Amino acid sequence: MTHRNSENMKVTEKDVAYVADLANLELSGEERAGMVRDLNSILDYIERLNELDTSNVEPMAQISDRYGVDESKQGSERFAYANRDDIPEGLRKSLPQEVALENAPDADGTFFRVPKVIER
Amino acid sequence: MELTRLTIDSARAAVQERKTTALALAEVHYARILKEDGEIGAYLTLSKERALEQADRIDRMAAEGEPLPPLGGVPVGIKDVMSTRGIRTTAGSKILSNYIPPYDCTAVARLEAAGAVVLGKTNCDEFAMGSSNENSAFHPVHNPRELSRVPGGSSGGSAAAVAADMAVVALGSDTGGSIRQPASFCGVVGLMPTYGRVSRYGLIAFASSLDHIGPLAKTVKDSAIVLRTIAGRDPMDSTSADVPVPDYVAQLEKPVRGLKVGVAKEYFGDGLDDEVRHAVESAIDKLKALGCEVALVSLPHTPYAIPAYYLIATAEASSNLARYDGVRYSYRAPGVTSLSEMYRRSRDEGFGAEVKRRIMLGTYALSAGYYDAYYLKAQKVRTLLTRDFEGAFRKVDAILTPTSPTAAFRLGEKSNDPLAMYLADIYTVTADLAGIPGISVPCGETREKLPIGLQILGKHFDEATILRVAHAYEQAA
Repeated sequence: MTHRNSENMKVTEKDVAYVADLANLELSGEERAGMVRDLNSILDYIERLNELDTSNVEPMAQISDRYGVDESKQGSERFAYANRDDIPEGLRKSLPQEVALENAPDADGTFFRVPKVIER
Repeated sequence: MELTRLTIDSARAAVQERKTTALALAEVHYARILKEDGEIGAYLTLSKERALEQADRIDRMAAEGEPLPPLGGVPVGIKDVMSTRGIRTTAGSKILSNYIPPYDCTAVARLEAAGAVVLGKTNCDEFAMGSSNENSAFHPVHNPRELSRVPGGSSGGSAAAVAADMAVVALGSDTGGSIRQPASFCGVVGLMPTYGRVSRYGLIAFASSLDHIGPLAKTVKDSAIVLRTIAGRDPMDSTSADVPVPDYVAQLEKPVRGLKVGVAKEYFGDGLDDEVRHAVESAIDKLKALGCEVALVSLPHTPYAIPAYYLIATAEASSNLARYDGVRYSYRAPGVTSLSEMYRRSRDEGFGAEVKRRIMLGTYALSAGYYDAYYLKAQKVRTLLTRDFEGAFRKVDAILTPTSPTAAFRLGEKSNDPLAMYLADIYTVTADLAGIPGISVPCGETREKLPIGLQILGKHFDEATILRVAHAYEQAA
């Protein structure tokens, strides 16, 4: 039975550790155990997508290129209106430095300050 | 005149005709918030200084006999996922608990330019992730109709504020149902416009291909006024559509006789509460009596919407939330000695359980070896769901469904079962995935006096028709 259960489990503790690493999360031992349980339960439910044959279906990342566009235009031409001709080369004014730094947890007036990156 | 029971038009007219002042309107709403919001919890931050300044500006206009703009003096609440310059904006998260945006969200700026008085920022599920408002890092929201019940989510604070007369209207955001479901739970009107109709500039991103801003209001007409104000192309959001904005308000009174409305059996299956079913069926009969032609339509991929949604939304969220690193803004964990420790501990301590769960699920769905099986598969199913609607809308002008399978559930009832919580969005996620507009309008109550919502879905960029149907129903009900 133990063997069978682990076979059915899509996400193991090792997977959770790997994915947490990718996502820049640490997670406590308790959180990791909860994550194994929750992700498996959600992915079990998601499994039903495999009932559908999608081999000849195009993926859809967003709807912006399907509706409300000029059908006679192709590709990025359709979004030419989104180019701003009032701003040379698409640049717009940045925030002033002091404003950009205002929300920083640590800054020295010129730069954002972070713990050291290089060990020596 | 009861100053907290006004609609947009009656509030504006009262200020214009000097029966009251914008200042008095704001003050009476703040007094009500002070009295009522302790047990409801709809607001996170009040922006009194900014509100009173704007009210004063409107009052001077009125004193000089200048015609007021469409929302002149109208007190509004803004969901705390929309950036407001100089006013703390948290997204309901500890990680942004001290964040003060340097700029305004376009939708907020447009409301204020139309004379609205921003009372404050309303509570929500953290990063708009939730269906009950219990995921707020600060405090939950209680349903004003019955305090032991949730207000729905994620725009629970906006819905509760409007329902409890603590704002005339409020802005919310909808990624999987977050405007319509709380509107239905609290007994107010909630409108999600077509994707791209309203600029997302300044909206703190959850899932960029699914996020929409829209109004929660006491009436369909107020929803139409707000949409007319905030809709339209914005150069600051390249996905905002270059499509003319019609005068929604002028079209409200057009008769609905002869309109074809569709009913899909997929929205009336297992899991639908009997009282909700009965109320929605009665609403459909009412529209039939008003002259709408009712036709059966089929949306066969509906049962696959929740799984597709929770892959796409979490994948996009995992990418969008990577920006919270404790460097430029956002919470930084104390006492860290290395950069990577700073990232991890700041995110660990700053994000709540549901946000971490979704980041994990999304990262997993996008990771090497699983991308095709999960993320790409979900995108293909999104195509199928969208085709379902395209087919149905060749036959009908609007589709009628329940907004949610049940009325408001109890606080704590689903908070330990993520999957059960996700299923609360079963009738709303489809419209987000297909990018079509949807509105929830109150259609009765359960025996326990909990509100029920009728959802009306429409064609892309055809908010005018669903507003018209909703208005006709509201007037007749």
